[in-house]
Amino acid sequence: GVKDGSWTVLQLVEALGSCLENTDPWMRGRGIQLLSQVLLQCYSLLQETEVLHLVLFYENRLQDHHLVIPSVLQGLRALSMCEVLSPGLAVSVLKAIFQEVHVQSLLQLDRYTVYTIITNFMGTREEELKGLGADFTFGFIQVMDGEKDPRNLLVAFQIVRDIITKKYALGPFVEELFEVTSCYFPIDFTPPPSDPHGIQREDLILSLRAILASTPQFAEFLVPLLIEKMDSDLQSAKIDSLQTLTACCAVYGQKELQEFLPSLWSSLRREVFQTASEKVEAECLAALHALCACLSRSVLSPDTEDLLDSFLNNILQDCRHHLCEPDMKLVWPSAKLLQAAAGASLRAYHRITLVVLPLLLEQYTKHLQSSQRRTILEMLLGFLELQQKWGHMEEDESTLLLLQASVCSVVFAALTDPSVQLQLVGIRALTVLGSLQGFLSPSNLELVVDHLIRLALCEEDSQSSEAAMEAAGSLAPLYPKVFSGRMVPRLEDELQSEREESSHDHCSLQQRCLRALAAVSTHTSIVMETVPVLLQHLRKVQKGSEVGNAQDMVCVCQSLHRVALQCQKDEECCWYYHQTVVPCLLAMALQAAMPESTNPLMGKALLEEKVLAAMVPVISAATTHLSPELAAESVSHVVSLFLDGEVSFLPQNSFPCSFQPFEDGECLESQRRLVALLMAFVCSLPHNVAIPQQDRLLRELLALSCSCSCPFTTTTAAKCFAGLVNKHLAGQQLDEILQLAMNRIEPSLAEGSCRTQALTLLLWVTKALVLRYHPLGSHLTDKLLGLLGDTELGPATADGFSLLMVESPDVLHKGCHADVRIMFRQRFFTDNVPKLVQGFHGAGPDVKANYLKGLSHVLNHVPKPVLVTELPKLLSLLLEALSCLDHVVQLSTLNCLQPLLLEAPQIMSLHVDTLVTKFLSLTSSPTMAVRIAALRCVHALTSLPTTVLLPYKARVIRALAKPLDDKKRLVRKEAVAARGEWFLLGSPGR
Amino acid sequence: MVGPGPSGMAPLENANPLIYRRSGERPVTAREEDDELPDSIDDREIFDISPPAFLNPAHLIRSINDPEHPLTLEELNVVEQVRVKVNDAESTVAVEFTPTIPHCSMATLIGLSIKVKLIRSLPDRFKLDVHITPGTHVSEHAVNKQLADKERVAAALENSHLLEVVNQCLSARS
Repeated sequence: GVKDGSWTVLQLVEALGSCLENTDPWMRGRGIQLLSQVLLQCYSLLQETEVLHLVLFYENRLQDHHLVIPSVLQGLRALSMCEVLSPGLAVSVLKAIFQEVHVQSLLQLDRYTVYTIITNFMGTREEELKGLGADFTFGFIQVMDGEKDPRNLLVAFQIVRDIITKKYALGPFVEELFEVTSCYFPIDFTPPPSDPHGIQREDLILSLRAILASTPQFAEFLVPLLIEKMDSDLQSAKIDSLQTLTACCAVYGQKELQEFLPSLWSSLRREVFQTASEKVEAECLAALHALCACLSRSVLSPDTEDLLDSFLNNILQDCRHHLCEPDMKLVWPSAKLLQAAAGASLRAYHRITLVVLPLLLEQYTKHLQSSQRRTILEMLLGFLELQQKWGHMEEDESTLLLLQASVCSVVFAALTDPSVQLQLVGIRALTVLGSLQGFLSPSNLELVVDHLIRLALCEEDSQSSEAAMEAAGSLAPLYPKVFSGRMVPRLEDELQSEREESSHDHCSLQQRCLRALAAVSTHTSIVMETVPVLLQHLRKVQKGSEVGNAQDMVCVCQSLHRVALQCQKDEECCWYYHQTVVPCLLAMALQAAMPESTNPLMGKALLEEKVLAAMVPVISAATTHLSPELAAESVSHVVSLFLDGEVSFLPQNSFPCSFQPFEDGECLESQRRLVALLMAFVCSLPHNVAIPQQDRLLRELLALSCSCSCPFTTTTAAKCFAGLVNKHLAGQQLDEILQLAMNRIEPSLAEGSCRTQALTLLLWVTKALVLRYHPLGSHLTDKLLGLLGDTELGPATADGFSLLMVESPDVLHKGCHADVRIMFRQRFFTDNVPKLVQGFHGAGPDVKANYLKGLSHVLNHVPKPVLVTELPKLLSLLLEALSCLDHVVQLSTLNCLQPLLLEAPQIMSLHVDTLVTKFLSLTSSPTMAVRIAALRCVHALTSLPTTVLLPYKARVIRALAKPLDDKKRLVRKEAVAARGEWFLLGSPGR
Repeated sequence: MVGPGPSGMAPLENANPLIYRRSGERPVTAREEDDELPDSIDDREIFDISPPAFLNPAHLIRSINDPEHPLTLEELNVVEQVRVKVNDAESTVAVEFTPTIPHCSMATLIGLSIKVKLIRSLPDRFKLDVHITPGTHVSEHAVNKQLADKERVAAALENSHLLEVVNQCLSARS
């Protein structure tokens, strides 16, 4: 009644009168409970005077019997949410609570109510409460003293945090406030299993840390506590202390830390030198870093000494001698400590490197073994990388500049060392040195380039050579002149040198040159030098008549591809590349495809499948990042070349014969293969580039894909068709062309000599449509599902399902701007898996395997989380699939079952007998991948309940003895892991 | 439920061991992924052993935990690749291990763990020999003798307390 205004609260109180004044505390409690419930529902409607009286009443009731108190608190909570509470009342309520109620003797829920009242008041009456001064703080300290429940603690911690951050007066109670909170440190709390409140240990740790690290006033109490807890045996306590220390450093200054620095340092040092745990070590280093940063940041008054200096001196004193010990026992921990300190500020960096760098350089010359030198150089590298972080070096200050000569000589010495490991570190150091502006003098720079050339070309070990190329690639944009002037000509010379011993060595040297040329092309000016060299080399190889030159061409194409990828970031560079490379490749291919070329042998290698396949990514990568205007210019040339034989834009455009790839005729077979290059180009264009004569092009491609006898050409034409269809704007034109395609596919699928071609075309078109969620896609998929039952085309169709799911490397992927919806695999899965299962059950014995194979391809490519929820339904089918002889099916089934074993052990344990038998028999499969997957499944079986497994233990252990002696190391590795885990099953100490 | 909780633990016998860098996972080569070819050994230390020797026990025992330290034996340099000898043709494996300190009381247990791990991880045909690196432990001979005695090893594994400790050493690091 009160809510809709028909009753006033006063009337209610009067009506309850007898109840509220009853002598039986239980009855009184009931009365107040009712009143409080009403108030909780309608506190927002109360008048100011009503509130006043209610507050006085409730305050008075606080002295009442303990049975009544919970309801009283509820009522006060309702009142604390009133907006019309007159000034002064909040203070008086709190005072009453502080005085009359012994909070910690209440139940958890009632304590929670008290905290809520306080929080409400703090939210709305901040000024009034501050008027209470330190009494408020003291009152609250008494309230929360001894709190044990994590739910209440979270609220209480929040209140304390607000008290501190909103600057309530702490008065003389700083220590008390600290005591009442720090007694929970470090938090040791494990949420009970199936805890409905969802409070994690982490929540408590973080909220407590927020308090402890919120004010410098706690420093004198907190830091000793942290030091003590760092010495704890509990790793969690250590980590918590260290993290809290790190957090404190953000607000502390030098004054707070001053007296504790020596003991902090000794604790940190001890932990880093002795710890077994990487986590503790990392936290120690972070804490040291924070300490140094804090000291470097502090503003100094004129009469105080700079603590940073003395602190760093301490560190240096304790660490430097470890760097010099001949046995190098504690070098790494020392170096890490020094680096953590040096990373804190530029000042600390100078201070430390001034001492350490000369020391390390000296040590390098003292130690002669390359493994020791490697360690020293790695430490040196750590310091150099820190310098990188500070960016520009100031001329007068940097120690590094003073030591330039010796640093360089050490690094160069490492580069010539026979040890590969040392070389690798040297190369990394070189990269860092190069990135420090102004560090390397021009003469040194030339030396650097020479070293890199030598390592890239002549070093036996491929790791070093690879690393040198990478280094060259990352330094080249910084010093383009040196690299294009020195490295590119050297590499060109090497490429052109015709050596007598055209043996294996020469071959691999050439390949390295090609790779190095590609690696170093990371700057536009260098690209302009290297691309002509690469193309020149390609022409040379084409003219040669050696047998191996197809492989050489592939290598050149790979290098060109890499350059193309590096060009994509820069528009100008990209256009240059496109303009230079694409016409040149087309011209060379055309030349080779001319039927009556003068030399019948010459250049035919260029038309081999693998060479064309290697050219595809080059053209594709050169096209994808073109700007729309430039792409439009280029596309008109290329399309008219293929449709009309228009060759005028090619660099050498005098061909003996016309280019008509879409015409019939025996002698044009080789011209048709160049459709691959057309595909690479048109399928990589950005969406918004219109393709001229697209309709005609599509019809020609369609005809080509259905008629030609060469599988390479038909497949490529089908892919090109699919690539264009995928990007084609929806509408009538698209529907027409698709109808046309269907009219060609259906009759040829039904019978005749072209069934395979028709299937290939169908697969690619289906893929193109499924990717863009085109409505026709599901119709085509059904057609494919039907073909699974075909004895002739069934197996090929089953394999085709993998084509639908896998991302193809050259067309129809995101990189070439295809229209790919993100969830298409999941959608395909939910749409088609039931049909596959149904088809499987209805199929004859000779084609059942096709359905299983199709299904396994789909399952293999769907994200595992999706699978795990769906798989139980498919479980019986999967168990049947394990007996299938096809190893693709076996493998994908095993891969599906393995996560299921880990995540749904209860369901799986029903089938344990079948699983054990099948898995064990598959461990002797002839295919390595199946053996490995089977062993992983046997391993995963151990996550089933032990009681289920124990009957099989002896059998499994016996059976796993055989794969321990497998001929493949990777199989043995899995066998060892699985068998070890089975041994531990049910034995003590697992 | 919440509150400070200290816990007492006996101080470690060798609290400050020398720690070595781990050598990392062995990279998988293209050859190893080829189904047809058997993997011959490529460890430099056992390089001269005639093919088709292919076992690398150092790899198997690298991850055994030392009962006294929560580090792997490799990090403590208790087991080094150079001290592992395999002869695949003759089916023998010899492992030398180096206790962290000469009077390490855990030497027998470390040896036992290594031996058990090898028994579980190698084909039956291998003859195992696990012993202490000569001159690195005070009671070297006694320990070696115990480890070489098949019956003693078998008996030790009947002892459920001992088996528990060994299994703890062998279970993967958490």
